Amino acid sequence: MASDDLWILGIHMTKFGKHPDEDLVDLASEAVQGALADGGVTMADMGVIGAGNLMMAQAGIGQQVQKQLGQTGVPVYNVSNACATGATALRVACMAVKSGEADMGLAFGVEKLSGAGLLAGGSRKEESPTWTPSGRYGAVAPIDGRIGTEIMPGVFAQIGMEYGHRYGGTSFELFARISEKNHSHSTLNPKAAYSKKMSLEQIMGDIMIAYPNTRPMCSANCDGAAAAVVVSGAKLKTLSLEQQKRAVKIAASVLTTDPWEESCQILPDVNTLTRNAAIQAYEQAGIGPSDLDLVELHDCFATAELVHYDNLMLCETGGAVDFFNSGATWRDGSMPVNVSGGLESKGHPIGATGIANVWEVATHLRGEAGDRQIVGAKVGLAHVIGLGSACGVHILEKAA
Amino acid sequence: MAEQIPLVDYLVLGDEPHLVANQCTGCGARFFDRRNACASCGKTEFTKVGIDTTGEVRAFTIVSFAAPGVPVPYVAAMVDCGGTSVRGNLINVAPDPEHVSLGMKVRLATEVIGTDEQGTEAIGFGFEPVGG
Repeated sequence: MASDDLWILGIHMTKFGKHPDEDLVDLASEAVQGALADGGVTMADMGVIGAGNLMMAQAGIGQQVQKQLGQTGVPVYNVSNACATGATALRVACMAVKSGEADMGLAFGVEKLSGAGLLAGGSRKEESPTWTPSGRYGAVAPIDGRIGTEIMPGVFAQIGMEYGHRYGGTSFELFARISEKNHSHSTLNPKAAYSKKMSLEQIMGDIMIAYPNTRPMCSANCDGAAAAVVVSGAKLKTLSLEQQKRAVKIAASVLTTDPWEESCQILPDVNTLTRNAAIQAYEQAGIGPSDLDLVELHDCFATAELVHYDNLMLCETGGAVDFFNSGATWRDGSMPVNVSGGLESKGHPIGATGIANVWEVATHLRGEAGDRQIVGAKVGLAHVIGLGSACGVHILEKAA
Repeated sequence: MAEQIPLVDYLVLGDEPHLVANQCTGCGARFFDRRNACASCGKTEFTKVGIDTTGEVRAFTIVSFAAPGVPVPYVAAMVDCGGTSVRGNLINVAPDPEHVSLGMKVRLATEVIGTDEQGTEAIGFGFEPVGG
């Protein structure tokens, strides 16, 4: 191992789902203690902490966890970056270790979302008794629902539909079939919030949220946390053979935002920044998409999964529909995607998601994924999108 | 006739209602909001340009679940108006997949949003099918 390589020494995720008796600190602590134990290290070994949480971003979750697990005085970076929050926390640890400021770093992400409804566009402001222009559009009344939609299921519905307009081949049923795949995958994942198989008829017949996304085609709000210990190659060489054997190489760690494109302030462009992140990540890792054994990508909605096949270059440009229809992305296909069940069934506790997907990939590379193990997996990719936008891509490789 | 005010400042009312954008004098990028600078090139000078009132639906969704007070279902869309993307609802059309389609030709239309305490009408906009 090269001295300046980055490795995951320990990693853990809590079960996703309803945790009414545990607060954010409890969940985060469980994930952090799990990751530390997995890596055979303690809080005293951590030189930096990246702490991710979105909904309580002002609360200083990093220091709250330190106050339970160990106040060692090291720098904490509390980060909030929409649905890319967890990946951003991981990037903080990676950057600190890569720069040499720390030889080991901790990243964690946590969220409590059980029972949350719409996370954007969930309420409408009171109208004032007299029309008074305000805000950046000089609006005299709330515009959600009057000039397009702010709700995420609707925004991502349009993102999938736009792909259909550009390349053809999409339909309500096609998007529902993607959801059918992920719900089917979830039956093998004991950590998933929902692990029930759903038929195409059940999915299409469920409550419509924003056409073509019905409820099971939307990411599941739930509670959960995930944490990872990042270590430099130089430090890893000084650790035990057992630690070295279970370590997973971070072959690429990338975060991008969306460069300006003509329509990006009208409908968020989740494509360009994902493609940019993927290109950078493949270059860092020195691999191509065909080298991947599994992919965990950001299926916040079934309509989103389709476009990311293309954005991550898992298929030919414009070929995502044919690629999915070929069966490639099922767990027994040539490019298994979201074998965890994805955000639609595993769940999407926002701050945790960008580390939990890394845990999923790392667990397969270690050969420890149990019933859902992708046999012989050596390289995998984890992707998240935070609307606004931020994209995190991590490529992991099995230790040689 | 009651006094009228546009729902947003980029909607121009009158005999021929239309939208206006802030166009960057440097690179031509168009924006509908108040600007500090151009997100594409960073320049700070803009001119007002009128946007085509006809276009093509590039993406849509039919929202069935929304905040209390937001009538559903409604069709939210992105419309390509002569090369400028515009966000707006599709109106004067049944909000179902049988009546709304990708690539559908539409034109700008206005509608009354409501009337305030002083009797002023707020006028919003959407896009309706052409020749439908």
